[in-house]
Amino acid sequence: MDNEAITTLVKKYFPEEIVNSSVFRNELTLQVKKESVVEVARFLKENKDMDFDFLSDLCGVDRVEHDGVFEVVYHLYSIHKNHRLRLKTRLPSDNPCVSTVTTVWKTADWHERETFDMFGVRFDGHPDLRKILTPDDFEGHPLRKDYPLDGRQPATLRGVYRKDEP
Amino acid sequence: MTAKATTATQLMSINMGPQHPSTNGVLRLVLELDGEVIVKATPHIGFLHRGVEKLAEYKTYHQVIPLTDRLDYVAPFSNNLAYALAVEKLLGIEAPERAQHIRVLFCELTRISSHLLWLATHALDIGAMTVFFYCFRERETIYDLFEMVSGSRMNLSYVRVGGVSRELPAGFLEDTRKFIAAFPARLQEYETLLTDNPIWKKRTVGVGIISADDAINYGLSGPSLRGSGVNWDIRKSEPYSSYDKYHFTVPLGKNGDVYDRYWVRIEEMRQSNSIVHQALNLLPKGDFLAKIPNVTLPSKEDVETKMESMISHFKFITDGIQPPKGEVYACIEAPKGELGFYVVSDGSNRPYRVKIRPPSFVNLEALPKMIEGSLLPDVVATIGSLDIVLGEIDR
Repeated sequence: MDNEAITTLVKKYFPEEIVNSSVFRNELTLQVKKESVVEVARFLKENKDMDFDFLSDLCGVDRVEHDGVFEVVYHLYSIHKNHRLRLKTRLPSDNPCVSTVTTVWKTADWHERETFDMFGVRFDGHPDLRKILTPDDFEGHPLRKDYPLDGRQPATLRGVYRKDEP
Repeated sequence: MTAKATTATQLMSINMGPQHPSTNGVLRLVLELDGEVIVKATPHIGFLHRGVEKLAEYKTYHQVIPLTDRLDYVAPFSNNLAYALAVEKLLGIEAPERAQHIRVLFCELTRISSHLLWLATHALDIGAMTVFFYCFRERETIYDLFEMVSGSRMNLSYVRVGGVSRELPAGFLEDTRKFIAAFPARLQEYETLLTDNPIWKKRTVGVGIISADDAINYGLSGPSLRGSGVNWDIRKSEPYSSYDKYHFTVPLGKNGDVYDRYWVRIEEMRQSNSIVHQALNLLPKGDFLAKIPNVTLPSKEDVETKMESMISHFKFITDGIQPPKGEVYACIEAPKGELGFYVVSDGSNRPYRVKIRPPSFVNLEALPKMIEGSLLPDVVATIGSLDIVLGEIDR
């Protein structure tokens, strides 16, 4: 399906939920309300014409300075239909929280953990929302724009050695 | 009955890595064992996290290229290319035809060298030492070719936005021809050591199985996905860099076990060898770098003789490229799977956001699914069959 057909079909089923659609360099982007992410995602995966069975990528973008929001971006691909779609949603920066899509694609698990780690975006209903790349005692979310570039934190041995060990 | 009640069993947690030799990098696995059977496996990653995505936001578009070398450091050219394709898409430009074929040539040499390293370490992990030495012998030849063209063996940074950094040096094509003429026989050598070897088969057949549906659901890509029989190769489905002009088949496994993933990669090397051969024959004459003001460097000769070129050179080096506002996602079939770059531009000379979609990160995520319920020694075989590189997992 081409970009136009995908847009038309999704908008037919979700006239209210799709806030915006745009095409840049032949890549389709649909912006969806944050409450409807899982619903739309499940539709995109299960609808026979869409068949977006492969979640290529999921990530965050910090747009707090200009728009006061964090974006969560989902890159979808259909192996059988060979088409791509970018789905995104915007979350208020004071409470960035969205439902997990691990129930739709298992692969979202680590991607969501990474987005949580890097941006502090929380994913409701995620089975195991822990940090993934930074150490457990690391403070802050390094990919936020307000986190400094040289934001090294001293390595601690907390949790590595027990207190009663010599 | 009473005897059963008294022999209570207890799960044991053991820690594998981050310095375990068979994790091929700093991967830590916490395994919960019931006897020798794995009940639960939890990978811990991030030991090699260098904040590449953060660093990229503070560099000009060209300065990001050397950072990408250090992601999947056994296939640096693929990383360079995926990033350059994303920026080219953002700019709406294409590399000249010659550059595209050079890129294909290097992509496939990179695939062979990456698969050789995988085969060497995978076989070593399982206990076949000889293969390691054989593979490193051929890999060294490929690295010599890389060195000829870029000056360095590993971190090539040979790609530029709009083409490649320089013309192929004298003698390169002859040496490449020599290599691809000799390589199929070498590949046969590895195969005589492993493919029908009963010990190899006992360690790999029926081990670390993942079904096609699960593999897609877990986001596996590349040879790890094709081992489960899913026919998806980005070189075929969304051809980039004139891959549509090449003839090759996509080898597919059936059972999704360690052996099938092994077989797929062996066949892929054979196909890559043929693609390199085709690339040498297809290589057209022409520019190796597009001539677009403010996007590519003017030639050195022009810089030394023409005032305009010198100004343009100076502006380019100090300001860098300024793509239009927008966002793109470009992906390629890297040796390990779908390698994607999501680049967001705010119209300035630095990327607003660079997200890397590393194939190893996603492939590793499926590891617990593959090994839970199997025996401890199978973990080593299964990690090897996923061909992970921690450089791109942790970024």
